[in-house]
Amino acid sequence: MRNADCGMRNEKGGNEGTDKSSAAQSRNPHSEFRISSYLGVFLTFVRNSLVRDMTFRTNFLIDTISSMSWMIMNLGFYTLVYQFTPNIADWGKYEFFVFIATTMFVNSLVQAFFMPNAEELSEQVRTGGLDFALLKPIDTQFLVSLRRVSWSSLGNFFVAVLLLIYAVPRIKGFELSLWQVFLYPAYVLMGVLIMYSVMIALAATSIWLGRNQSLYDFWFYITNFSRYPMEIYEGPWGTPLRQLFTFVIPILVVINVPARLLAKPLEWEHSWLAGFGIVATLGSLLGSRWIFKWALWSYRSASS
Amino acid sequence: MLARAQTWWTILKICVEERLVYRGDFALGTLMRFLPIVTQIFLWTAVFAAAGSGLIKGYTRNDVVAYYLLTMLARAFSSMPGLASGIARQVREGEIKKFLIQPIDLVTYLLLARVAHKFVYYLVAAGPFALVYYLCRSYFPGWPPAEVMAAFLLSLVLAFLLGFFLEATMGMIAFWFLEVSSLLFVYMLFTFFFSGHMFPLEILPEPWKTFVDFLPFKYMAYFPAAVFLGKVQGTELVHGLMIQTAWILGFIVLCRVSMQAGFNRYSGYGG
Repeated sequence: MRNADCGMRNEKGGNEGTDKSSAAQSRNPHSEFRISSYLGVFLTFVRNSLVRDMTFRTNFLIDTISSMSWMIMNLGFYTLVYQFTPNIADWGKYEFFVFIATTMFVNSLVQAFFMPNAEELSEQVRTGGLDFALLKPIDTQFLVSLRRVSWSSLGNFFVAVLLLIYAVPRIKGFELSLWQVFLYPAYVLMGVLIMYSVMIALAATSIWLGRNQSLYDFWFYITNFSRYPMEIYEGPWGTPLRQLFTFVIPILVVINVPARLLAKPLEWEHSWLAGFGIVATLGSLLGSRWIFKWALWSYRSASS
Repeated sequence: MLARAQTWWTILKICVEERLVYRGDFALGTLMRFLPIVTQIFLWTAVFAAAGSGLIKGYTRNDVVAYYLLTMLARAFSSMPGLASGIARQVREGEIKKFLIQPIDLVTYLLLARVAHKFVYYLVAAGPFALVYYLCRSYFPGWPPAEVMAAFLLSLVLAFLLGFFLEATMGMIAFWFLEVSSLLFVYMLFTFFFSGHMFPLEILPEPWKTFVDFLPFKYMAYFPAAVFLGKVQGTELVHGLMIQTAWILGFIVLCRVSMQAGFNRYSGYGG
């Protein structure tokens, strides 16, 4: 893992070069739409990262396996718990496996696309490297959010697919309908966007703080609340907590909505959540964008 | 003898001062580490509500919560962040040379630095720990009798020693493989799962339960907590403490032997 880090720093020079060429393209009035040039830049990032990851192949493999083993242990824990109880807050074993698979989808996507960049951002603020990102003729948030893709984190994505294939047919009285097939991935993506918003907002605080070393810890402890069905937050402490994490920082929406949609679609008293999910996604995207821009105004380059 | 004691005392003092620099960050970090307990309380409340019976493998819901809180304390003693990776880094970067030249023993130095680290940690973490334990006092069954309390405190100290020598031995592997970070990650996962930090080990089904009994990990989190809660009593308790001590002695020897073997293998270049 440390290896990859070193590789990242070493190759940064090369990366910067490609950024420039793509950026030059987007300035060219004869190029296509702006959207497509952004797509081009993104694809370059994706390819660069893949090349980099494949340079340290053994490291890549070990990274993949170790990130998968963590989720498998988690799965083992719940298998143990379900020995003693038929359900947790009305989630049966296989329904809960769908919930876990959803967690894995969201987490692996966030970790693959955004996590390394958010970590890098706080380092760039400290070293003054953010100057280079600000100078490029491209949206700064786009550039700092997507510069690196950690391919090894996608290992969990495939474990999640397997888990879904295993768990879904085992849910009692389950019938897959077409709208689920379309809505589930859509809501997983919305969940990823909400998580991204929380993360970039947290990372942006490093502009004020100078350095945010415990970013990952903080991120872990906050999102820890999202990994459980929202029904478990009950009682005099639980209900305010649930409302806080649904309406103020909507991280409970992230996994609960898509998982419920797929595993327990019949309970319509929760259908308002599906509508709220869209509102929450848009709200957190706009909110995080605002925080990011606001933080950027306070940015003062470090030395150089 | 006196000169040597003075050297160790100076090392200890320097390490304490070095540690105190980051006390604010420390206290906040410690308090944040209790957040997962909040979700665990809700999760287990839901599990017990659905399970119907108020007892799972001898644990009530309150026992489970108290168990998690106590394993946090045990882990505060037995976890050694950065110890093995620190040794690995020193081997990789050649810093280890200074222990070959200077009349300072590597393991003793690391142990003192760790004692200083832990000492400062407890000083700063005592506040957050006391606060959380006070808030959660209703989950505890009450103070255990004095002899159990003594055994609990002893098991915590032994957990510290076991954690130290186990992880130091892991670090010595770096003499053979330069890059051990992924190995250490696997070790970390193993400890997390099999030390009982994730759940009370009693809920494991049979082949696994015996398997875990033969590993040293359970003495780093499960055992002290179980002692406090009165799950281990009488001769079983004495045996437990003896096995814990045996593991420590075993790892002291293994750590020394692997260090010597590592030193014999090691070759340093440049300055």
